[in-house]
Amino acid sequence: MQREGSAFNGLGVVMLKELADHLTSIRFIILELIVMLIAVGTVYVASQQIKDTVAEDPFLFLKFFTTSQEPLPSFIFWLSLLVPVMSIGLAFDSVNGEYNRRTLSRILSQPIYRDALLFGKFLGALMTLAIALVVLWLLVMGLGLLFIGIPPGGEEVARAFVFLLVTIVYAGVWLALALLFSIVFRSAATAALATLGLWLFFYVIWPVLAGELSQIIVPPDPRYAALGLQTPGTVVLEQFLARLSPSTLFGEIVVALLDPTTRALGPIYLSQLQGAVLGAPLPLGASVLIAWPQIVGLVAATIILFVIGYVAFQRQEVRA
Amino acid sequence: MSPDVVIEAKGLTKKYGQAVAVDDISFTVGRGEIFGLLGPNGAGKTTTILMLLGLTDISGGGISVLGFNPAREPLSVKRRVGYLPDTVGFYDQLTAADNLRYTARLIGFRFNEREKRIAEALDRVGLSEFADHRVGTFSRGMRQRLGLAEILMKGAQIAILDEPTSGLDPHATTELLAIIRRFKTEGVSVLLSSHLLERVQSVCDRVALFNAGRIALMGSVSELGRQVLGAGYVVDIEADGAGLAERLALIPGVSGVEQTGIGKLRLHADRDVRPEAATEVVAMHGRLKYLGVEEPSLEAIYTHYFENKSGEAAKQGARYAA
Repeated sequence: MQREGSAFNGLGVVMLKELADHLTSIRFIILELIVMLIAVGTVYVASQQIKDTVAEDPFLFLKFFTTSQEPLPSFIFWLSLLVPVMSIGLAFDSVNGEYNRRTLSRILSQPIYRDALLFGKFLGALMTLAIALVVLWLLVMGLGLLFIGIPPGGEEVARAFVFLLVTIVYAGVWLALALLFSIVFRSAATAALATLGLWLFFYVIWPVLAGELSQIIVPPDPRYAALGLQTPGTVVLEQFLARLSPSTLFGEIVVALLDPTTRALGPIYLSQLQGAVLGAPLPLGASVLIAWPQIVGLVAATIILFVIGYVAFQRQEVRA
Repeated sequence: MSPDVVIEAKGLTKKYGQAVAVDDISFTVGRGEIFGLLGPNGAGKTTTILMLLGLTDISGGGISVLGFNPAREPLSVKRRVGYLPDTVGFYDQLTAADNLRYTARLIGFRFNEREKRIAEALDRVGLSEFADHRVGTFSRGMRQRLGLAEILMKGAQIAILDEPTSGLDPHATTELLAIIRRFKTEGVSVLLSSHLLERVQSVCDRVALFNAGRIALMGSVSELGRQVLGAGYVVDIEADGAGLAERLALIPGVSGVEQTGIGKLRLHADRDVRPEAATEVVAMHGRLKYLGVEEPSLEAIYTHYFENKSGEAAKQGARYAA
C-alpha cells in the first residue's frame, strides 16, 4: 500500500520547534552550565600541568583534552560522562511528554505523518547537543590558547574537529536510546530511570562483566599464564564483549584520535609491529582508519535504536 | 457518495485482539449537519473518531471522509478535517498564538496568511486579548475554545469534537455550544461525541446512540423519542374554561388528558396537537395563557432504552437459567 505524500512533511517545522524548546528550557541551561564549569576547570588544571611538565610535544594542544591531575579527571573523562547525561536529559520525555500533555493526538491530526514528528524530535535534540558541543569545543580551544599562548597546528585542529564530530555521534546513540524509552514507557520518570540505568550498566558494570564472562567462556590457558601473558582467546572475547557498549567504542575512538601514537586498538602480535617506529605519531587519516570500525559501530547503534523506536511508535495507539 | 454527504461509514469495525471496540457500525453525516455520537464511556465513540482521522487502523468495513479514504490518504483527510481531542492539551510554556503558529506551520500556511488566520480565529472564540498569554495560565474552558480556534484557523470543512463540553462549567458550556452552532451556519459539518446528553441535545440535528460498540439508535431527537417512548408528544396548556378537558380529549390523536394544576392541563398525544388545542380553547372563548410542547428529552430516551435492553437481557438470562 503506497502512502500518499511525503513522510517528511512538517519535519523541518517539528525540528525547529524542538530546537527552540530545548535551547530555552531551564533543563538545558543547567546541563550546559555544568558542562561549561567542568570544561573551564579541567582545561585550567591541564594547562598548569602542561606548563610544568611537557616541553616539546608536537601535539601539545590535544593534551588539553587528555591530561588529568589528581584529584580532577581529564576533560574527555568528564565528556564521556556528561554527554550521555545531556542526551538522556533532553530526550527522556520527548514522546511520552506529548502523551501526558495530551498534545500528541492534536498534533497528529494535522497533515503530517508520525515519521516527521519522531525524526524531527530526534534531529531537534541532536542539533541542540551539536550546538552545545561546538560551543564547548570552541571554549576549550580558546581557553587553551589563552592559558599557554601557543596556537595549535593544523593537524591538531583537524584531530580535535574529528573528535568533536565523533562526540556528536556518541550523543546520538544515547539520544536514540532515550527516545526509544520515551516511546516505550508512558511515564517520563520511568523512562529516565530506565535510560540512566542502562547507561550506568554499560559505563560501569559492563567492562567488569565482560572480563568475567570471557574468563568463564574461554578459561585462561595455564601455559600463557606461566609466561605472564594473557590467553589470546580470552582477550579477544573480552574485547568483543566490551565493544558491545557504546562507552567502550567511544573511549577507543578518543584514544586513537587524541593520541596520534596509537597504532592499534587491541592486542596485536609482535610480528605485526615489525618495522614500526614505536612512539612516532601517525597521520590523521591513519588514526581515523584505526578507529573507523568503532565509528561505524556508533552510527549503526544510533540507527538501530532509532529504527526500533520508530517501529514501536508507528504501532502505538494515539489515545491516552 | 452524494455531494451532500461528507462522512460515510459502512460496516466499520475495530478489534483489539479478541475485544471488539467498534462493531459493524454504519452512518452518514451530511454537509452542514451537527451529528452527535452519544453513549457511555468506553462505548466506542473515540475509537470511531480516530478511525475517521486515520489515526488508528481499521479492522473491517470502510470509511469515506470528503471522498477520501483515511487509511490511504490520511494527509488529504487531515488537511480538511479539524479535530478537538478529549481534554485537549497545548504547550503550556508557549502563548496561545504561538501554539496556533506551530499548528499553522505544520499545516503549511505562509507567514502572512498564518498571522491573518490566527488573529481571526482567536477573535471568533473570544481569546484575542489572551493571544500573548501563556496557555499554562488558561482555564479549561479557554483551552477548549483555543482548540476550536485551531479548527477555525485550519479552515476545516468538518470539525470533529470529542467530549467538547465535559468538565466545563455551565457558562463555559453555553459559550462553547454557541461557537459550535456558528460552525453550522458556515456550512461546516460537526461530528461531536459526548456522554452529557442534555447539553448536546440542544445543538445536534441527528444523534447516534452508542452502546457496547454498536449504534443502538440513530435519528433526530424527536424521532428517537417517538421510537423509544411511544406516544411521544406532551402538550401543556394553561387556559380557563369549563369542560375544556373533556373537549380536548376528543381531539383525534390525544390519548389522555390530566389536570396538573388549577387551569393547567397536560395532553398526551401521538402527534403535535397544538393547533387543534388552540382552536378548541378559542372556540370556547377561553383565555389561552400558555401552550407548549415538551420535546422528548434525550436523557429519558436513553435511560428508557437501556433500561428496557438490560431488562430484556435479564429476562433472557433467567429463561436460559430455567
